[in-house]
Amino acid sequence: MDALDGNAIAGALVDHFGHEMTMAEMRCSHCESTSLMAELRVYTKAPGVVARCPACDEVVMVIVDVRGVERVDMSHMEMVTPA
Amino acid sequence: MAGTALPRRLSWQLGRVVEVVDETPQTKSIVLDVPGWQGHRAGQHVDVRLTAEDGYQAERSYSISSAPEDPHVVLTVERLDDGEVSPYLTDVLMPGDELELRGPIGGYFVWEEPLGGPLLLIAGGSGVAPFRAILRHWSAAHSSAPTRLLYSSRSLADLIYRRELLDGVYHGVEVRIALTREWPDDWQGHRGRIGDELLQQVAWVPSEHPLVYICGPTGFVEAAAQSLVAEGHDPRRVRTERFGPTGT
Amino acid sequence: MSPISRGFVGRRQPVEASSRVPSGQYVTRDFPVLSAGPTPHTPLDEWSFTISGQVGEPASWTWEEFLALPSETPTVDIHCVTKWTKLDTTWKGVSVDTLLEAANTEAPYLTAWSDGGYTTNLALEDVTDGKAWVAYEFGGEPLDSEHGGPARLLVPRLYFWKSAKWVRGLTLTPDDEPGFWETYGYHNHGDPWLEQRYQGD
Repeated sequence: MDALDGNAIAGALVDHFGHEMTMAEMRCSHCESTSLMAELRVYTKAPGVVARCPACDEVVMVIVDVRGVERVDMSHMEMVTPA
Repeated sequence: MAGTALPRRLSWQLGRVVEVVDETPQTKSIVLDVPGWQGHRAGQHVDVRLTAEDGYQAERSYSISSAPEDPHVVLTVERLDDGEVSPYLTDVLMPGDELELRGPIGGYFVWEEPLGGPLLLIAGGSGVAPFRAILRHWSAAHSSAPTRLLYSSRSLADLIYRRELLDGVYHGVEVRIALTREWPDDWQGHRGRIGDELLQQVAWVPSEHPLVYICGPTGFVEAAAQSLVAEGHDPRRVRTERFGPTGT
Repeated sequence: MSPISRGFVGRRQPVEASSRVPSGQYVTRDFPVLSAGPTPHTPLDEWSFTISGQVGEPASWTWEEFLALPSETPTVDIHCVTKWTKLDTTWKGVSVDTLLEAANTEAPYLTAWSDGGYTTNLALEDVTDGKAWVAYEFGGEPLDSEHGGPARLLVPRLYFWKSAKWVRGLTLTPDDEPGFWETYGYHNHGDPWLEQRYQGD
């Protein structure tokens, strides 16, 4: 299954952060490399959205719609540019 | 009220279909009037949402294929046979219908005249949609940035915006077409998939620091990006947007 | 409430056999591919299946050994938490009862783990007494990698995220330890007939 990229969740990110995020830079907690949110490898065909680090492929962000409330878990990344 | 820098929350808006244009047997452009549309940048997209009578909803993203300077918002949609949203947009939607959308979205895959060039646009299948917005903006802004479009499609019949591209509507833009499955006997363009050799032929040398935008299915985008970076192009000047399945 | 999109129905089909379709589900003839990550491609000569954790006798089988185990051909309905239900799916695989036969365990829970890092948690009673298999054929053909091949867990009585694709082993545990989706909010048990989609349902 081919991954999309952060452009595919740009709308969801605006919803959650209140502004455009595809140009924001993040650092992967698994491998410490940095990339733009637009560069994440994103799997949208799942019980939630899973975004993986383009360098090491580990999960950095998960978005799940739980009973109509979108939960964004970013515990495996940190924002380099302030969100 | 143009030009404010305040961040905006995205909200759902209603557009009205003005026209549905046949681009290819599988692809249509949907021309929308969106009251209150605040403008967009070439390369951005919208999220489209459909709602059934029982409340069931389906949502998909589509690149805006019109320029910021154009009077209407245009979305070019390729019909996926096993799709849920695209067959509705290409088969059912008619002028007069309403379409719920939010946008514009995206700041990464955007080209604006001040960014300059040289500008290389590489498209696979329906990945050409955001590039129409960029080319129309390039024209409207009277850009002098040297610009090339390399576009891969299965056949002439599948070439989206065929008339515009082959008739040279975008004066000054070099358009190169690769047909991958069938081509006319007298076809002067490229035959077969885009490979390293063709990319090197069409791209500027890395020392010219071109801005490169690549859009299409994931495999297509990654192969092209890897090839260019291996040639020495700065990865930070190569922007990619991956679509779901499309015909290349 | 959004305005209705004239003529939009979506991919769903009218429910024909409602006693077989849990609440909130619709029937599909496709077999949608859902994935949280890239498809792993473990070569069969490197593949093994392992029973470990709180067991008296850990066990492990190579691919050849696994195929030599007694197999069954269950026909089951499957229910995905993303709301699609597929009726009468046919599989071939090894019953989890067979795999646990010699394990000698009383652990109440287990974690199924897969190539690529996916995990999901289950109660032992959800996978025993003929309720679960490790399947390697679907529809009479070797299981496609995008659907979890070479082998996946098959637990039709629970939402299909519990039927871990690319499964490589079951680790028996004293406690219920949330797996991948459970950690992000999905239900620890996941019974579609009680609509246990999210924690707290």
